[in-house]
Amino acid sequence: MAVIFPKWTNRVPMVLAAGMPVVTVALIFLIWYTWSPRYTDVGYQPEQPVPFSHALHAGNLGMDCRYCHNTVEQGPHAAIPPTSTCMNCHAQVQTESPRLETVRQSAETGEPIPWVRVHLLPDYAYFDHSVHLAAGVGCSSCHGRVDRMVEVRQAEPLSMRWCLDCHRDPEPNLRPHDQITNMDWDVANNDYNPSEDPHRTRDVNPPQHCSGCHR
Amino acid sequence: MAVTITDNSNFDPVDGRAPLILGDDSFAGITQAVARPMEDPAPTALKVVFGIGLMLLGLLGVSLAYLIYKGTGIWGLNNPVGWGWAIVNFVFWVGIGHAGTLISAILFLFRQKWRTSINRAAEAMTIFAVMCALIFPGVHVGRVWVAYWLLPLPNQMAMWPNFRSPLLWDVFAVSIYGTVSILFWYTGLIPDLATMRDRSKGALAKKLYGLFALGWRGSNRHWQNYERAYLILAGLSTPLVLSVHTIVSFDFAVSQLPGWHTTIFPPYFVAGAIFSGFAMVLTLMIPVRSLFNLQHIITTRHLENTAKIILLTGSLVGYAYAMEFFIAWYGGNAYESYAFVNRMFGPYAWAYWTMVSCNVITPQIFWFKKARTNVYILFVASIFVNIGMWFERFVITVTSLHRDFLPSSWDYFHPTFWDVSTFLGSFGLFLVMFCLFLRFLPAVAIAEVKAVTPAADPHHHPHAENGDDGHDEGGH
Repeated sequence: MAVIFPKWTNRVPMVLAAGMPVVTVALIFLIWYTWSPRYTDVGYQPEQPVPFSHALHAGNLGMDCRYCHNTVEQGPHAAIPPTSTCMNCHAQVQTESPRLETVRQSAETGEPIPWVRVHLLPDYAYFDHSVHLAAGVGCSSCHGRVDRMVEVRQAEPLSMRWCLDCHRDPEPNLRPHDQITNMDWDVANNDYNPSEDPHRTRDVNPPQHCSGCHR
Repeated sequence: MAVTITDNSNFDPVDGRAPLILGDDSFAGITQAVARPMEDPAPTALKVVFGIGLMLLGLLGVSLAYLIYKGTGIWGLNNPVGWGWAIVNFVFWVGIGHAGTLISAILFLFRQKWRTSINRAAEAMTIFAVMCALIFPGVHVGRVWVAYWLLPLPNQMAMWPNFRSPLLWDVFAVSIYGTVSILFWYTGLIPDLATMRDRSKGALAKKLYGLFALGWRGSNRHWQNYERAYLILAGLSTPLVLSVHTIVSFDFAVSQLPGWHTTIFPPYFVAGAIFSGFAMVLTLMIPVRSLFNLQHIITTRHLENTAKIILLTGSLVGYAYAMEFFIAWYGGNAYESYAFVNRMFGPYAWAYWTMVSCNVITPQIFWFKKARTNVYILFVASIFVNIGMWFERFVITVTSLHRDFLPSSWDYFHPTFWDVSTFLGSFGLFLVMFCLFLRFLPAVAIAEVKAVTPAADPHHHPHAENGDDGHDEGGH
């Protein structure tokens, strides 16, 4: 029989047998890790037009989240405050600070400050802040310890699996309604039992069907 | 050996059977005859068919591109008829695919030696038909780029297919069928690929055939492993012949729609699939054998046996049609009786009677030996069966849907240009693949055909004169 292939090709099946599993596993791991929103989205921290520090306002000064994001309990969106909200204090406080130049200009001209949105859900996912707050999900459960962030960064993946993990088992993420904005609430270690809370009028029953969120 | 029998369809059970391979049945002669289509210049007829196939394939490409760009709204789907030609074509092509595995696996286990002349081409037909079939549910999902959601892959959405849905079972059934068919076909090809490696002149051809022949040298040990692997794959494929179309029928039967929700569907669909597959085998093998002068390998007897299977399965299908109507009446369900009366005399009566005349009446001519042994009658009848089996799926899908429980939503299905072009285009894919197969792979299983010749079964005493192979007990 004629020789068609050089001798080194005898090793090819062995190399393939040894190499293919390694390559396959590596490929699966690479996709599993790098295509995950936990890798691609968590830690997103855009530069904002004003060096506003949540750590100073919500942390050190202890301001309530709802002072600025005031629509969060009534509407689907947690409002980005208008410049006038800033000026409630900054008309009196730090009036000369160069870091607040943009805010003062905005207040004078009426042009809004171009804040950059950090937490963005896709258009095909319907989300309503008010129902989550009514159920007793705290701010920090989804947004992390904003009171420790100088500039806000995305703390959670906001992926569909992440949503469903809570929708399938909401109880550990619930807290009393007066603790919603408490950044120190320990989700893992507390003896709160939602079904024994006299302030709750009905059980939490989050949707798990497709059209719950994809309407 | 210069036996000159031209008609081996006559055999006497007492005197013994006429040989399966006529004319030059020496090993060299068979190899020569099968390899010639790949080595001689391509005949004009093959070039013409390939050209037509390429044009239709282009049409398929354009149709699918426009579909992906625009969405399934370009088809004639409307509100009650949510499953139109795409599902009809899917079931049509999957059904055709059934003959290949039946010939290669079940007939192998039953030691039907006549399978050897047609099993290679029938398996190729199966694989190409499954490829055509997979296009349709693949694009019918609408968002083609997320078609992988059909598979249970772990993902960031924590989304999982619905295991209670027969549509998911279908994904498994068809993909397993496709995989096993390809493995079975390839395993059978290995000795023949080695033959082609040794015959071919070009360096690239030698390398390619050599690569896929996996270093086959025809040693005793090779043959032993090969035979064992082939038997295992035949065993694996056998239940698949029955399971695939059973599960395709579940797509309909598991739903609650009158006209679909019947227990007869699984056996009825399997019989229909084998029926259509064997018809397609005839449609393909009759031109191929005359184009490549293979009449002495794919003989009249092979065609006649195929016709007998068509007669059997066609009658089974006819029985199933009758039984559906009987149960619709006997079951006493008003909706179901209405669905069947509407099928026969409603707005789609034309489709129903086309189906009945092609599928039930046409194969009855195969009761006559003249019809079973005349290639022209066989070819025309096989075309009718192909048409009839497409209409069967059309009748089942569309007539059951177009009048549902609410008369206010009744509607009539009109196919659009894109329905027709996608269907014709799928024939382009099939023709192109089949022409390439004929040109680059041995269309007949050379090694297996040799095994059914007298030379493969040597005896110590001379052959009897009467055409018998000289067997008697303990004569080895």
